[in-house]
Amino acid sequence: MKHTISVLVENEFGVLSRISGLFSGRGFNIESLSVAPTMDPELSRMTLVTRGDDKILEQITKQLNKLISTIKVVDFTDGEYIERELALIKVSTDAESRAEALRIVDIFRAKVIDVTPKSYTIEITGAPAKINGILELLRPMGIKEVVRSGPVVIGRGAKGVVG
Amino acid sequence: MELTGSQILLKSLTLEGVDTVFGYPGGAVINIYDDLYESSINHILTRHEQAAVHAADGYARCTGKVGVAIATSGPGATNTVTAIATAYMDSIPMVIITGQVPTPLIGNDAFQEADMCGITRPCTKHNYLVKDIRDLAKTIKEAFYIARTGRPGPVLIDLPKDIQVTTYKFSYPDKVSLRGYKPTYSGNIRQIEKAAKMILAARKPVLYVGGGITLSGADDVLLKLAELTQIPVTTTLMAMAAFPQRHPLALGMLGMHGTFFANMSVTECDLLIAVGSRFDDRVTGRIDSFAEKAKIIHVDIDPTSIGKNVEVDLPIVGDLKDVLGKLHGHLNKKPELVEDLIEETEEWRSMIGEWRERQPMTYRSSKSVIKPQYVIEKISEVTNEDAIITTEVGQHQMWAAQFYTFRHPKTFLTSGGLGTMGFGLPAALGAQVAYPDRQVIDISGDGSFQMNSQELATLVQYKLPVKIVILNNNYLGMVRQWQQMFFEKRYSQTVMELPIDFIKLAEAYGATGLQTKKVEDVEAIIKQALETPGPVLMNFIVSREENVLPMVPAGKAIHEMVLAS
Repeated sequence: MKHTISVLVENEFGVLSRISGLFSGRGFNIESLSVAPTMDPELSRMTLVTRGDDKILEQITKQLNKLISTIKVVDFTDGEYIERELALIKVSTDAESRAEALRIVDIFRAKVIDVTPKSYTIEITGAPAKINGILELLRPMGIKEVVRSGPVVIGRGAKGVVG
Repeated sequence: MELTGSQILLKSLTLEGVDTVFGYPGGAVINIYDDLYESSINHILTRHEQAAVHAADGYARCTGKVGVAIATSGPGATNTVTAIATAYMDSIPMVIITGQVPTPLIGNDAFQEADMCGITRPCTKHNYLVKDIRDLAKTIKEAFYIARTGRPGPVLIDLPKDIQVTTYKFSYPDKVSLRGYKPTYSGNIRQIEKAAKMILAARKPVLYVGGGITLSGADDVLLKLAELTQIPVTTTLMAMAAFPQRHPLALGMLGMHGTFFANMSVTECDLLIAVGSRFDDRVTGRIDSFAEKAKIIHVDIDPTSIGKNVEVDLPIVGDLKDVLGKLHGHLNKKPELVEDLIEETEEWRSMIGEWRERQPMTYRSSKSVIKPQYVIEKISEVTNEDAIITTEVGQHQMWAAQFYTFRHPKTFLTSGGLGTMGFGLPAALGAQVAYPDRQVIDISGDGSFQMNSQELATLVQYKLPVKIVILNNNYLGMVRQWQQMFFEKRYSQTVMELPIDFIKLAEAYGATGLQTKKVEDVEAIIKQALETPGPVLMNFIVSREENVLPMVPAGKAIHEMVLAS
């Protein structure tokens, strides 16, 4: 089963390799990982997507917690959460396909952020499934490049994870 | 007061109560070594960095203090890795200080540069690269705190050469504040009450005790709990000395080379109380048939140990001293129920007694060749089980666990998790430094001994009277045993074809060497060695193809033992 986990860590030298080393050393997989500092510049928040049965997930969260640099681990899969990913997509366009591309951008509430005679660069935010959707529709035009941020998540409701 | 980085280091070590360090100098730690002249710290110069860290490990295992070792950058530092991994697997509190190239050169493939934080990340509890002199004192404080608290373990501090000479105002912090590190010491009282209930309801309970018991200092409370409830105790390799092996409740070791009655007890029990043990594959054998009839209570300070290899019915996270103390207190208040328990489990103990009688821990004795087990029994007898025993890894290690009757905590220092050949001699060195007046004996094989035999020099230099026993079969015996049993006696690369003259070797270093192949000389040689001042090497030519039995073949359930006939 897919799990999306937030890890609050000390924003310090080597912390990313501690996390990634833990996953590779123990044979856990990481599907995606995004990291950035939080409001508190001493902390970073990582969002990682992994897969495994309950037993593996229990080990993953326990092992993450065991790292000295880890402050908090939240597995969002058990509760209600909002998931968003950003993608930048460079797609080939010509006179024929431009209108179609714009229609697709419109339907997905995406944005064209760069234009050349031969291409559009599109920015889209949404749940990963939505990004997969637009990619599917754009594919016939010829996708030159895709950059995805990997999802970030936040819990629903008024309560926040501090940091 | 402005001090240099290396002075800050040594001063901080002193403030942490460190009086002895083990190490080996080099370019990247030369300033630290120069400042040692002005420090009260006693430095033991080993002949290899690996041995320095094993020695600090042995020192830590027998004292319970944090062991400290120093090595230079690059090869000096990488030489420590096996020893750090050894300590990590057995949860030994250590601080290892390695020199590093100056900060501006880091990443430049400088002379004697190695990324020690990268290399040791998976085998340390935590590690630090100190890039700013202002962080040094705080880092040392944290390193010692992390090493000795929670589930202990080695912490490495990588200290660049320029930081060692930079000066800064020294003040040692009183407190440690680590947002991400707060070990749970106090066991949840509800869980403990549940455990008490499960114990009182059990009819075939067994305590399965691991190295955590020694790390926690809970040996006494374990004994009290076992005696109160009359629950039999089986110990892992790491806990052989944590429970008096002569005690009627002692079942000896369990697992691959465990006793018949310990393995049968675990297989048949209805309640397994795992304390400070981690269900290692050498203990469990085939995992799905391990204690399959039992409910399992697992007490450990490290939550990751619980539920990792087996599912447990009742997890309790906490310090064993606290948890077992509370459990004992709780049961002690219910004398009638405990009385009932003892009565109801009478049959269980007599069943175990029958197993013990049917298949005791034994071997076929001989009058013509020295049996290695016999040598261990004699050491046990002659030392009155009072010695600190270290071992290397292999057959001799298992025989030491099986045939030495341990009775004092912290007297059996052995590499359990990593299984490091070459551990025993430097660990004995460290133990002898810690306790100059106690009898320290390294039990070794001819293979393992040669992995760190250079430390004979250190023993002689510092007049450390460690006694070394080589059970010499001219084989890498444990691998040979596997080849005999599972590879049709194809002894690939396990025959040590060149017989070593160990007496000459000992004498070359200025130690004493003794040797025999006669059974009737064994006891006299051990006595002579113990009476001889200084380090003594005893070379016993033993029966060559002796096997360690019982043995659970890899992948089998622990009741499927090959027994001593």
